[in-house]
Amino acid sequence: MKRETVALVGNPNSGKTTLFNRLTGSKQHVGNWPGVTIEKKEGVFHYEEHEITLVDLPGIYSLSTYSMEEVVSRDFIMNEHPDLIIDIVDGTNLERNLYLSMQLKELGLPMVIAVNMLDELAQKGITVDIDRLGRELNTPVVAISAKSGEGTQKLVHDLMENTYPSTFTYDEGTEKCLAEIRELIQPIEHDTTHEKFYDAKLLEDDVLFARQLKMSPAQYQRLYEIQQEFCAARGQKDIDMAIADTRYEAIGRIIRECVHHPAETRSMSDRIDDILCNKYLGIPMFFVILFTMFAVTFGPFGEWLKSLIEILITWISSSTVAWMVSANVNPVVQDLVKTVFSGVGSVLSFMPQIMLLFLFLSVMEDSGYMSRAAFLMDAMLRKIGLNGKAFIPMLMGFGCSVPGIMASRVLENDEDRKMTMILTPFMSCGAKLPVYALLAGVFFPKQAGLAIFAMYVLGIVMAILCGFLLKKTVFKNSGSTFILELPPYRWPSLRNTAAHMWEKAKGFLIKAGTIILMCTVVLWALTSFTFTLQYTEDASLSIIAGIGKAIAWIFIPCGFGHWQSVISLISGFIAKESVVSSMAVLYTGGDVNALSVILPTIFSTRSAVAFMTFTLLYSPCVAAVATMRKESGSAAFTLKTILFQTGVAYVTAAVVYLIGGLF
Amino acid sequence: MKLLDCRGNGKVRVVYVEGERSIRKRLIDMGITTGTEIIVRRIAPMGDPMEIEIRGYELSLRKEEAERIEVEPE
Repeated sequence: MKRETVALVGNPNSGKTTLFNRLTGSKQHVGNWPGVTIEKKEGVFHYEEHEITLVDLPGIYSLSTYSMEEVVSRDFIMNEHPDLIIDIVDGTNLERNLYLSMQLKELGLPMVIAVNMLDELAQKGITVDIDRLGRELNTPVVAISAKSGEGTQKLVHDLMENTYPSTFTYDEGTEKCLAEIRELIQPIEHDTTHEKFYDAKLLEDDVLFARQLKMSPAQYQRLYEIQQEFCAARGQKDIDMAIADTRYEAIGRIIRECVHHPAETRSMSDRIDDILCNKYLGIPMFFVILFTMFAVTFGPFGEWLKSLIEILITWISSSTVAWMVSANVNPVVQDLVKTVFSGVGSVLSFMPQIMLLFLFLSVMEDSGYMSRAAFLMDAMLRKIGLNGKAFIPMLMGFGCSVPGIMASRVLENDEDRKMTMILTPFMSCGAKLPVYALLAGVFFPKQAGLAIFAMYVLGIVMAILCGFLLKKTVFKNSGSTFILELPPYRWPSLRNTAAHMWEKAKGFLIKAGTIILMCTVVLWALTSFTFTLQYTEDASLSIIAGIGKAIAWIFIPCGFGHWQSVISLISGFIAKESVVSSMAVLYTGGDVNALSVILPTIFSTRSAVAFMTFTLLYSPCVAAVATMRKESGSAAFTLKTILFQTGVAYVTAAVVYLIGGLF
Repeated sequence: MKLLDCRGNGKVRVVYVEGERSIRKRLIDMGITTGTEIIVRRIAPMGDPMEIEIRGYELSLRKEEAERIEVEPE
């Protein structure tokens, strides 16, 4: 068997991840906004006697080093030496997509270009002469539709058959300059597998390469002269414009030969945007869409789905208990099983609502609306020191902070990214919902939906206030930009949406079966035994009560200075879903239904609201914290962030409790 | 004339892109090179950013970026 590594490279939003999923059969997350692949992913597939490791690199527009994605992709190609490259290009947007292809060709690696969106091309009446394109670019070109899978067999075949390296030849003047550079760096030791790439990058004045080669001052001087000659020959003022102009000119010539557009009409996307990005209607419609999302998820429909799951869980739980009673199982074990059912069950019942939320987010991403939302909200978000693109991570944060924090990579500016990472967890994630649902149901039975909605709004308001505060204190100067591609609107694919939802549901089930189950069991043990390891029915004598009582006083100003609440919140650090199950275990010995009866005797309305507020704002769960650590690359930043968030939560909860006392 | 001044819908051609290298380079990489046609599509509801069409695709830019792009009427 032959093992090969294939790098999958392409512009953001060119269908890379869809093709990746097609070829490897995995279910990576796909969306219709630039920058979905936030780190490189690997998958394996087989073709004849080959075992192919496909590496899905983040979407990039160029092979310079001005964004994290570009650095990741370039480092992978330069250091890991993939055997082959698949360059996927969006057929409806060939001109800009080929700009990257030109640079990839300079690498001198065997490469196949996949022209994607075959179906959309046909719809728009655009014809591409694929064979001619291949000849002009000096590389095999295959037309595919990553969505339907059309052409992907041929792509793999051509990829494995055409393993010869080749480069693209520019016009005479450019090639002469490149040859001069090659001569210049000949004496310096460097990786000659990517010879032309080095030449071109040095001509481009790529600072990283120049530094890497340790050129002498005389060599630098000569390089500068070559660059100047090149600019003069192209009639350009500077090297960046001159080289981009060279590449785009070559592309323009090829496109004129190979692509035939029908007479120009305004695109469908543009007409949709006349409405969705309308000066007066744009923002109100955006809020209507958001409101609909919440109303369906948390309103009667979501509640109805939830009640179905609850019926099922209750049935399984009561039949098991009945069986245990009849089989005379040890009462301690019975108690444990009951606790587990109610702890895990109370969390599982939220699965339909979390899936609904992800359904909406997935449709928004796939359709291309997410980028428009960023476009609409940029001016508003800037006022709080955020970038419109931050809207994408933040909206995802309503589902789960983990992908939200990961998506903060769409922001090129470091301060923008950090700010987004700090504020995204304030967007109330799906796992916090059970806490609001429980408390709102008990304390605001008539307006539970409204009370829950208010918590979401409070999260947004706090993000705005903290944004202001941070902008005025920590993140003062921001070189942030808003150069964002607005992809054409596309129908979300059923396959992709379903895959996305299934992925979330699976993750949720696994979490319920592992972390939450474990937390429930540990908590049950700590609640059922005393420090001398005696089994006790009275939780206030238990180990956990001892720990909780020692620290509960801290929360007296917030109105919930009882050890049970405090321990529940601590368990929420492991997973937010555990807050409710912990409360059930600690207050009632595991009975969620009894919990709604007992809660009014422990919480007042204002302390319940303070508790919800604290849950909304305090440190995100351990998974989100780990992601933040990874994405920011700084443990100090991560620690400061969670301390800041917990501090904000404490103060806000205390203020809420105080204000509540005035009524 | 700057792209920023072309707030009404209309076609212009790029003359030059100014400013700090990293941002200028990004704009150039996105296809904003000398002689390229830009169509101003729309301005966001709050006056910023703007949406342009270039090389057959839609791109959004802020006022600050549009100010770096020197254009001439077609």
